[in-house]
Amino acid sequence: MTDQPIYFDNNSTTFPAPEAVEAALSAISEHWGNPSSTHSFGQKARHALERAREGVARMLNCTPAELVFNSGATEGNNTALYSALEALPDRKHIITTRVEHSSVLEVVRYLAESGYRVTELSVDRLGHIDLDELRNEISGDTALVSLMWANNETGVLNPVAAAGDIAKQFGALLHVDAAQAAGKLPIDLTEHAAIDYLTISGHKFHALKGCGALFVRRGAGCTALLRGGHHESGRRAGTENALGIVAMGAAARMVSAKLDEYAVHMRAMRDRLQTGLLNTIDDVVINGDQHERLPNTINAGFKYIDGEALLMMMDAEGISVSAGSACKSGSMEPSHVLLAMNVPLSAIHGSVRFCTSRYTTTDEVDTLVQKTAKIVKRLREMSPFGKDHKPAGLTAEQIAAHKAYFARASG
Amino acid sequence: MIGYSTKLKDHFINPRNVGVLPDATVVGEVGSLSSGQAMKLYLKLDGDEIVTHATFQVFGSPSSIAAASALTEMVKGRKIDDVARITSKDISEYLGGLPPERMHTCVLAMEALEVAYARLRGIDLESELDEDEEFHVCRCYSVPEHKIERAIRDHNLTDIQGITHYTKAGGGCTSCHADLKAILARVHAEKPAEEKKPAAAPSGNKPAFSNLELAHKIQEVLDREIRPGLAMDGGDMELVDIRDNKVFVQLHGHCNSCSASQATMKFFVQDRLREMVDPNLEVIDTTDHGAELHAPPMR
Repeated sequence: MTDQPIYFDNNSTTFPAPEAVEAALSAISEHWGNPSSTHSFGQKARHALERAREGVARMLNCTPAELVFNSGATEGNNTALYSALEALPDRKHIITTRVEHSSVLEVVRYLAESGYRVTELSVDRLGHIDLDELRNEISGDTALVSLMWANNETGVLNPVAAAGDIAKQFGALLHVDAAQAAGKLPIDLTEHAAIDYLTISGHKFHALKGCGALFVRRGAGCTALLRGGHHESGRRAGTENALGIVAMGAAARMVSAKLDEYAVHMRAMRDRLQTGLLNTIDDVVINGDQHERLPNTINAGFKYIDGEALLMMMDAEGISVSAGSACKSGSMEPSHVLLAMNVPLSAIHGSVRFCTSRYTTTDEVDTLVQKTAKIVKRLREMSPFGKDHKPAGLTAEQIAAHKAYFARASG
Repeated sequence: MIGYSTKLKDHFINPRNVGVLPDATVVGEVGSLSSGQAMKLYLKLDGDEIVTHATFQVFGSPSSIAAASALTEMVKGRKIDDVARITSKDISEYLGGLPPERMHTCVLAMEALEVAYARLRGIDLESELDEDEEFHVCRCYSVPEHKIERAIRDHNLTDIQGITHYTKAGGGCTSCHADLKAILARVHAEKPAEEKKPAAAPSGNKPAFSNLELAHKIQEVLDREIRPGLAMDGGDMELVDIRDNKVFVQLHGHCNSCSASQATMKFFVQDRLREMVDPNLEVIDTTDHGAELHAPPMR
């Protein structure tokens, strides 16, 4: 048992690695010149920046010139969408999925109002898209297929390679939001030749907030959202966020060197946690596919209680987790991802996301299991519902559907 | 916990009066699993219809747990007819004010109280319709039309967001937003007929304040020193008029029905105003304590 505050919200953001912090400090105290300046102060900063670019390129197995540093995944996703549409101006169709991050969904919904046709692919109960639906929807008018490598809420993986093959058959560009995948899965952009754009964000893999990168494959167009300078080869104006970039470079080098080790550790911690939760607490379901999933993520639905209440009581005990996606936890809207997966509302209410990192310890996992069990028990004792309770306000068909859902999900 | 008062956090982390009350006189149950929140309120009354004990069970967010806990504290030791007048706003004020998007949790607690009271008095509530899907405007959260209409009237709601804050309706798939707009338009169209009659001034008509500056100072003292305290008990005080050093006030909510406190209240307010504003002031309570006592306790 540990009494220290413990953090299980690593899909929201991660602990900055000491190596990344050290690199950032050097950018503040040593390489603080403007990388665009030709004098020695500027050139020292430029050198640190380009070294960081090599580090990120190595993590993704692409060339350094194919990377555009930016402010993070939201900017990367926006840039990729606009770039693809500008690269293929005669095509007016966009395909994405219903479970994307809002920095893709809200952009395409906005574009839908200005003349683009948008298809949002559905997902099944396990969170998977249907490649046949993609085949049916795609046409010569499709400019872009945009899908996330791994879902932020459930960790469920998309068939990026297969979707890329389909996109290429129709000459469409492929954008992959890899904000959650980077640092948790191997990403090889030489192997995934179909990917034209790929988004990553530094703070999701132990670098700092406010810095990310967009991979733009050589030959694919890149439209600058910010103009007013030649920075990033004219693809993103503005003096570079040097400390963010060098921190991301350092974090990327660590991922390149030790990803296997990190992934094994995250998975071991995650599996220990999942087994612990399922063994000590009744009526828990795991939302989403448990096999095609990030090594660090669990989205668990605790029946008969409210996720926010669980989250807040855990917070009072020093444990940080999140209900639904972090962007939504301030609002009362149910998670759009779990809704798209047709998880019954009664289970969505009690859904909480636990995410391990390479720093998670067994002690933390065991403490988490113990405290979660205690709090779930307390909330259930408080709840008018329970195992034998006939839920009020549900029709017989709804109850049957509900039971069938949980029977399938746990089977 | 962003936006939550210290009192709300306390009632959430250390909820009072949790659990089943086996010898309850009456139980009020509202909500459902599918709507994401539900509450059971257990009340035990003595021979004089005074609530001697109250407990709750709740399924829902931190604020619904706090609202239920607060309600059980608010009702204890009071006559059931007075208790039945508690509104969602009273519960929110007791907890130091809730963020607007959480107000539906206080509405839930108030509804549990209403159901309990209706059962006690043998009054039929529309809640039977609540369980029938056919009457649900918002299917995501199983919200029937009459609840939406009532929230619009009670809280003077003007947009869909307001409806979502007080009832949760429209907060899910949003496909009912057109229906919600129609309900808003309809309720607002019929509204003028139900406008609350203005508070009666001593002379019948309500003349302009004779001295705006004095009125302003008195209002300031009321707002700062008197009203927050009253709000804790679910009451309020309104400044009606000022004439020749006479301050006419009206009590609302629970203060109105609590006859024991009327005299105390008057002298307390008078003392504060004499000290803070003018030593010659006299407070006159113009509340018609009889009228509201016989009004139906259910709104």
